[in-house]
Formats: sequence, structure tokens, C-alpha cells
Amino acid sequence: MATETVQATEARTPGAEDTGAEASDEARVRTSGLSSAGSATIIGSATAALGLVWILYERVLPFTGVLGFWLCWYVVFLSLYSVMARLQWDRLDARNRLASVAFYTAGLLVFLIVVSQVGYTLLRGADAVTHVNFWTQSQGFVGPESPMTVGGVVNSIVGSVEELGLSTLMAVPLGIVAALFLTEIGGGLARVVRTIVEAMTALPDLVAGLFIYIVLVLSLGYQKCGFCAAVAIAITMMPIVARASEVVLRIVPGTLKEASYAMGASQWRTVLNVTLPTARSGLATAVVLAMARGIGETAPVLFVAGYTKELNTDPFSGPMSSLPLYIFYSVHTFGTNPYVERGFGAGFVLVIVVLILFTIARRLGGAAPGELTKRQQRKLAREAA
Amino acid sequence: MAVALTPGRSSAPPGDDVPRSIVVRASTGDRIFRGILRGGGLFVLFITGMILLFLFLRSLGAFERAGFGFFTTASFAPELSDHFGIAALLPDSALIAVMALAMAIPVGVSAAIFISEYAPPALRGPMIAVIDLMAAIPSIIFALFGFFFLMPRILGLNQWLSHHLGFIPIFHFSLADSLADYVGSTFIAAVVVSMMVIPIITSLGRQVFSQAPQGEREAAYALGSTKWGMVRTVVLPFGRGGVIGASMLGLGRALGETIAVTFILTPLTFTFNPHVLEEGGNSITDEITTFIQQYDPKGQAALLACGLVLFVATLIVNSLASVVVSRSRSGAATAD
Repeated sequence: MATETVQATEARTPGAEDTGAEASDEARVRTSGLSSAGSATIIGSATAALGLVWILYERVLPFTGVLGFWLCWYVVFLSLYSVMARLQWDRLDARNRLASVAFYTAGLLVFLIVVSQVGYTLLRGADAVTHVNFWTQSQGFVGPESPMTVGGVVNSIVGSVEELGLSTLMAVPLGIVAALFLTEIGGGLARVVRTIVEAMTALPDLVAGLFIYIVLVLSLGYQKCGFCAAVAIAITMMPIVARASEVVLRIVPGTLKEASYAMGASQWRTVLNVTLPTARSGLATAVVLAMARGIGETAPVLFVAGYTKELNTDPFSGPMSSLPLYIFYSVHTFGTNPYVERGFGAGFVLVIVVLILFTIARRLGGAAPGELTKRQQRKLAREAA
Repeated sequence: MAVALTPGRSSAPPGDDVPRSIVVRASTGDRIFRGILRGGGLFVLFITGMILLFLFLRSLGAFERAGFGFFTTASFAPELSDHFGIAALLPDSALIAVMALAMAIPVGVSAAIFISEYAPPALRGPMIAVIDLMAAIPSIIFALFGFFFLMPRILGLNQWLSHHLGFIPIFHFSLADSLADYVGSTFIAAVVVSMMVIPIITSLGRQVFSQAPQGEREAAYALGSTKWGMVRTVVLPFGRGGVIGASMLGLGRALGETIAVTFILTPLTFTFNPHVLEEGGNSITDEITTFIQQYDPKGQAALLACGLVLFVATLIVNSLASVVVSRSRSGAATAD
């Protein structure tokens, strides 16, 4: 695991390939890679730490808890490794190797957190989603101890799709117009707007919900409904769209725009026919990422959507459920075992949707502005022929 | 934009070059277009202003009732008495945020260093994707994970901390010593929140670290530095501003985190509990989500006042963060 620098005494072993020069005693210096002694030290100290901690933690001392075990293991592992490294190498080299191991494990830890999070939700939810009724029924006739063969998530899927659609319709045009304002017009006002947009992307999403609650529900006397929730979600999505779009709009090559101006096009023609189409893939990424954020927003919709176990397809009247709300109410408010399992089922659906949106965003975002995909290139070649 | 080029002044004697004046006359379409864009920009300001205004108007009643005591009173029962204040909620919120940062900064920065300096090229792309995915996971999934997966597994560690580090005031434990009394503490909430802060720190930190100039890296190597020496003397100092800014952004996120905190914290009292391992604690966000629909208008106004304080606090922290990032040496290059 440890990457070795040129200075590492051990690194002066012959490389895999011969230099082929006349001076046969000169071998290429290995600047990186894993030496057998290095990996043996890591494996050795990891195993030793595991054994030691197992004996102490599980047998001798009155400790419990899986997390504590691995935390102890990590501390013992690092100390054993530093001792073993110090026995073999000089101080500088040992410290270097210790740092490498620490950074690699930090990366591994983050990776493990994400995998265990997604994996745990999918695993716990897998039972609920295998029931057909889960996809065809709402929570309508479900009691606290109803078995898994009754009740489903269909009311929340409908709600989530409608709310997300409405909020995308509101947030995307506004966000892109704001981003165009930042890149096309600029000036002092744009600097203020940029600061506000940046601050709003990291705003507590709860505040968006409070705002809609005050304005639509308390002041204007609207009934809680899916539309209110969509407005709240749109407020949290809009700065995300604006910020991500601004980044891609700014890297549209100036030469393309100048070519358009040089041919006498006006600014709005240039934006419509050159700037926006050039940045199309980046803009799509921005929109999809914002949708991935929007569909999982719980706090903004918590007290503006109402909640119902029944199916409600009209976002403009009556309370409406959505996937995050479904999870919140099932797990936090109702809390009996079958409800929790159904909540995890909804979590399964939510994670899958976020994963799909995320993958789409990554695929779209791979292309730089104006870069054509393979299919577009083939199409161009066909048309040219 | 139509550019009309008027010829230079004819009064100038021939032979002297006088710069011709360029007059830009926007067409009607352009003027409308620019008007729409300006409107879009102003609308963002308008929404932010409206949020502030409405929160302020609606919470005015609470400020009138509690007076300046709103910022100093350490109990919160706004329906029962006029003596309520955010001093009962804000310290817990801040405690969660600070503990979360204390855990997230070392891990987040190390992971950022790993991605930008240590990871083999084949691993770099996937790791960046993993960090981006971590930022995209909804907070309710973090809440489920924290409540059902993490909480049962972390209780033993908490008990150990209270037994052996109990002499440190915040780890003091005064409840009965069964595992059930460790449930729903601010410490566990902080652990979950820290997992939501890590991707913010890591993704910004990675961008900043990878901007560290190649020349300075090679200079460090040429002076005989090891890789760790290079990272310590070149990459980390270069990225300091970015890391500070990222941590502040993370602080804003941690202060405003709602669902995960609501899931995990058990609010037992309405006073500040500085012992982080004990069951019970209340944060602003938890208080608002739990009670906003139950309270009468007087109580609601008090909750909205708390929301206003939270909003202003995060607005200030986030704006400061973006200033810190853009002023720093490394941030200037990654401003876009």
C-alpha cells in the first residue's frame, strides 16, 4: 500500500523492466509501487492488531460494541505499524510510510461509509420491495401491526414524481436565467447575486419549508398540499441549478460566441443558438443533480405537504405523501415493526432513484462543452457522407 | 449585440490616428433579453429577502414577548411563560455542529489528500464519484442509517468514553449506567452529522489540494523530502484557506441539519445539557420540526424566531466561508 519515494532506501531495488543500457549495474529506480517487505509489514501489523484487540476487547476487558472494536483495532494497528516500520527503516522513511497508511485508510473509511449506508438501506428494504402489493397499494388500510402483504408505497411514488416534476418546472428556468445573468451581464449586482446564490446552496433546507409554511399556509391560508411542497423543494433546488449552470456556462469557449457576434447575431440569438446548446450536457448534469437533491428533501416538505396514507393524485388539493415523508412518518411517527420495514422499503426506492439520477448526471457530465459523443460523431459522419 | 462603428471625427487632420468611438446600440430583442436576465438575478435576491422579511415579521411577536431575554434565557417553553430563549437550543445545536466538525475535518481532509495525492490514477475517478454520491444521498437515508445501524453499535464506545474519560466535563455521565441511557445523545447525532459534512470538506479540499503548484512539489522533492514531507510542507499549507472555507461550509450544513438530528436526539428537557453522552438534547432544527404544528400562534412565533436566528447564522457563516475561500491563495484558482 505504501508508496515509496525516490529517497526510500528500499526503493533502489531493480525495476520490473531492464534499462537495457550498457551500464548493466545501473538499474531504474523504482519510484512507487508495493515492495514485498512493505506489504508484509502492513499485513503483519494488521493481523497482530486484530489478534491483540480481539483478546483484550472481547475476552479480558468489559467492552462491547462493534464500532469501539474497530476503533481500538485501528489505533493498535497504527502503533504496531509505526514500531515495525521504525525497526526496519530510518525515521523519515518510517514516518512517510505511516502517513501513507493513514491516508489510504481515510479513503477506505469514506468508501466504507458510503457502501455501508447504501448497502444497509438496500438490504433492509429488500424484503419489503419483493412483495407485489408494495408497488400497487397505498398505506390506506394499514394498521399498526398489519403484515407486509398489505400496504405499499404507491401513494408516495406518485407524490414524489408530481412534486419533483412541478419543482423542476419552477426551479430549472429560474436557475438557468439567474446563471445567464451572472455570466452574460455581470457587474456589481451579479457579484452580490453570486454570493447570495452560494450562501443559499448551503442554506438549511428547513428554512425553505418554514418560509413556505409562513407564506402559503399561515398568511395566504392555503391548505397544505403537494404544490406547497413543490414550491419549497424548488427554493432549495434553484440555487443548485444556478450555481452548477454558471460553472458550465462560463467555460463555453469565447471564440464560439465571438464568431456568432461577428456574423451580426444579437446577444439573445447568440445565447439561444450558441451558448446554451454548447453547454447542453453540463446544463443537463446540473438539472439532474438538482433533481437528485430535490427528491430526497425531507425537511422542507415536512410541514407544508401534510401527510396522508391514501393515494392523492392531485397536487393542488389535499395532503400528499412523498418518499421522504413516507419514511419519516413510517419510521419516526408510527414506529411499529411492519411500518419500519415499509419505511426501509421506501428507502430502497429512494436510494435506487438517487443512484439512477446520479449515474445519469455522471454520464452526461463526462463531456466537455461542445464535445460530441460517439453517437453524435457517427451521425455527423453519416450526414457528411 | 449590434455594433455600429462610426467613422472617426472628420475634424482631425488626416494622418493623425484618432481612435474611432465605438457605440453599442442594443436591439429591442436584446434589451428585452437583458431585462429578463436581470429579472432572474433580482428574483434570487427577492426570494432571499422575502425569506428574511417573512421570518422576521412572523417572529416579531416572540421578540416582543421575550425581549432581549430571547438571547440569554436558557429554557424554552414559549406557550407557558414569557421567559423563553434560544440559549436553551443554540448551545446544543452548536455543540453538535462543533463535535461533527471535530470528527469530519481529520477524516475529510485525509480523504481529500488521499484522492489528490496518494490514490492511483485508476482509483481517483471512482473515489471522486463516491464522494459526490455521498453528498447526493438524502439526509433521511443518513437518518435511517444512523438510527438503526450506527446507534446500537456505538453505545459500547460511548459507555467506555464515560467510564474512562468521564473526568473531562463534557463526557461526564450522571444518568443510571445502563446502555439504554446512552441512546439519543448529542454525541451520536454529531457522529451522523459528521458523515454528512465529510463530502463537503473532501470535495472542496480535493479541488484545492490538486491545484498545488507542480514546481513547488518538485522543489520539495529536490530538497530530499519524502512524499509525506512534500504533502506537509507544500500541499497542506497551499490548501489551508480552502480547507478553512470548506470547514465553515460544513459548519453551516451541520447547524442546519434537520432530519438526522430529529431522528436521533431524544428531547427530554428544554434546557441545555452539556454532557454529550447522556440521553436527551434539543437543537433548533429538532425543536422546530417537532413542535411547529402543535404549538399555538404564540409558540409558533417563538419557533420561527429560532428559525430566523438559524437562517441568519448560517447565512453569515456561509458568506464568510466563500470570502475566505476566494481570498486564499488556493481558492482564487478554484473560484469557479
